[in-house]
Amino acid sequence: MRENRRLLLKGLLGITTMATAMTAMPRLAMAKWSKAFDSSSVDDALDDLYGTTELTTDDTITLKIPEIAENGAVVPVTVKTKMDNVSKISIFAEKNPQPLAASFTLPEGTAPNVSVRIRLGESQIVRAVVEADGKLYTTEQEVKVTIGGCGG
Amino acid sequence: MKIKAKIRRNMAVVKALAKHPMETGLRKDKKTDKLIPAKFIKELVCKHGDKVVYHADFGRSVSKNPYVAFSFAGAKKGDSIAMTWTDSDEETLTVEAVIK
Repeated sequence: MRENRRLLLKGLLGITTMATAMTAMPRLAMAKWSKAFDSSSVDDALDDLYGTTELTTDDTITLKIPEIAENGAVVPVTVKTKMDNVSKISIFAEKNPQPLAASFTLPEGTAPNVSVRIRLGESQIVRAVVEADGKLYTTEQEVKVTIGGCGG
Repeated sequence: MKIKAKIRRNMAVVKALAKHPMETGLRKDKKTDKLIPAKFIKELVCKHGDKVVYHADFGRSVSKNPYVAFSFAGAKKGDSIAMTWTDSDEETLTVEAVIK
């Protein structure tokens, strides 16, 4: 309760400062963060992130996500694969306003096994994309959402 | 940010919970009917010494108070890791943890 109130107050205070900051701030430090996150379609996001939309379906990728998510605000996702030379893993929620949820860059030595919690606005297909040896592999799962996670 | 790191089967298993509102910019304030400005973590990086072992980029679809888990090789018990997030306002937070 207290936390919620604090967040709300912080948010309200932030409005003015943010407006100025956003116009004045050069996008320098954000350079690495891909504009794919602003794309409203999966294909555009894929193109921005990888420069291609060509995906090979591969069911050896494990996409662990509940089939029925009671609360769309917090849906746990785990993506893992036994493939070698995995450099990137990304997660798309196809019907969210901006489908690309997260993109993980994994240097050598880091396991191709990542977990995160995402929001789902409505029932939809969640897609995992794995980049290994420069090629893109994908798997998907439909998730039914009882309460959407983007309202408020 | 709460971080737990443990050695399991020669890998350092890291679990982290960042406290952050992760506002999408699409949500309306119920009282004022105005949009709540976006404020969300864009980058979460984990370093082991000088080496970046994990780099996550987030969009607006990541839940409030993001939780992540991952594992990497080449670390031992007692090593330190440092995790840093940067949000859409360029605010950053770095938290260190010792691998158990």
